[in-house]
Amino acid sequence: MAYSEKVRSAYKGLIDGIRNDGLFKEERYIHSEQGVEIKVEFPAGSKPRDVLNFCANNYLGLSSHPEVIKAAHEGLDMRGYGMSSVRFICGTQDIHRELEEKLTAFLETEDTVLFASCMDANAGMFEAILTAEDVMIADRLVHASVVDGMRLCPAKHDTFKHSNMEHLEKKLQEHQDARYRMIITDGVFSMDGDMAKLDVICDLADKYDAMVMVDDSHATGFIGKQGKGTHEHCGVLGRIDAITTTLGKALGGASGGCVSGRAELVEMCRQRARPYLFSNTVAPVVVAAANKVMDIITATTERRDKLEESTKYWRAGLESAGFDLKESQTPIVPIMLYNAKLAQDMARDLFDEGVYVIGFFFPVVAKGQARIRTQISAAHEKEHLDKALEAFTKIGAKYDILGKSKDDIVAKYGL
Amino acid sequence: MAMQDLIIEYIKDEYLEEDDEVGLDTPLISSGIVDSFSMVSLKTFLENKYGISIPDEKAAPEAFDTVRKIIDLVHEFNPDAE
Repeated sequence: MAYSEKVRSAYKGLIDGIRNDGLFKEERYIHSEQGVEIKVEFPAGSKPRDVLNFCANNYLGLSSHPEVIKAAHEGLDMRGYGMSSVRFICGTQDIHRELEEKLTAFLETEDTVLFASCMDANAGMFEAILTAEDVMIADRLVHASVVDGMRLCPAKHDTFKHSNMEHLEKKLQEHQDARYRMIITDGVFSMDGDMAKLDVICDLADKYDAMVMVDDSHATGFIGKQGKGTHEHCGVLGRIDAITTTLGKALGGASGGCVSGRAELVEMCRQRARPYLFSNTVAPVVVAAANKVMDIITATTERRDKLEESTKYWRAGLESAGFDLKESQTPIVPIMLYNAKLAQDMARDLFDEGVYVIGFFFPVVAKGQARIRTQISAAHEKEHLDKALEAFTKIGAKYDILGKSKDDIVAKYGL
Repeated sequence: MAMQDLIIEYIKDEYLEEDDEVGLDTPLISSGIVDSFSMVSLKTFLENKYGISIPDEKAAPEAFDTVRKIIDLVHEFNPDAE
């Protein structure tokens, strides 16, 4: 079929529909390296302006760290630019295995395999290790890439209410006839910033003979006293059977992800996970820099400690200004606005004030749960936080939401 | 218990929080109360309860969007179900 005018106009109609529904995503062009102080061209064609970034996953501030950049340069010089191969043909260098071993040691697991992204790790892992005789039982708020991976897997799937351990237990009881059971959750949930109850989950897994899988992308590097992740925070190091995580957030923020866990599960991913088998190896320059990141975060907890302190300061500042915040102990701090238009309008006004944040609303979050999600970085200094708090307070006052409860905000703006 | 009450009870227990209410024509999936990924447990419940097998092509989210539609779907495969 040719790409006829009829086909073209049908797609244009779909795109118009996305726009009319207020769901059209626009990219903002950044004219600087990633960091707290960035230059953003928005709308497209306008003069780039200096803003403070409060929406990056750059939790440890390592995306543009001089030592990481230097290691990337050295990696480029020593191991070249590309590998032109998947891992198992001629795409594995010594530095790839070195990174896998460093991740294994850091996460306190048995083995690790790299993927081109954590999306790929999640897309490939379930299908590689489970069959139609098994069942996957997932928290209802797991990341979209976990949902996609589960959809690609022939095992039965079921879900439990978000972080509701009674409901999970009921589901485990219901599925005792399956060969294997796998409990699936995010470590830190990206939209709310809350943590899975991994201690309870591991106890239930023991009681009902289930494996545990955790996507810890929003935790690796900074959650837990040594930054190992949600499993460290919850005191269950060594009890998680499969962890997926990313190099694309706290760990330098470039690209790449992994499955880390029981040696046999990792080996099954090497043998059978299709995104591992059929996509290119992670580029040497990224691997070399990630190795340096692992050295930095293993040597000192200074950055995650600063992040923890800055997060407390940020939350306290917003609370004292009168914002309605989601409860969380992580650098993801959602400011609840409930109304989608209010979230978008406030994000736009904050950008005009020099603070870059994004409003999130349905279908990214549940209906009536619109919010501005702020994310703190170890690269934020106190003056950055103070300047942003000033801007938030000014805009919060403009919309008359400071000190207001959910009911007040909903009464004024609707859901 | 009548089918309508039984399905509403299941939906409230499985998907909703304590203070949420659902009626015969409350949109479930299009409103975001139930996400399509979680819908599978409802399908399994209906299949087990009413001794039916709902093929994938009939299990589109639209077919589960209200309790009324769900009852119609069950009757399509088991006209005698009550």
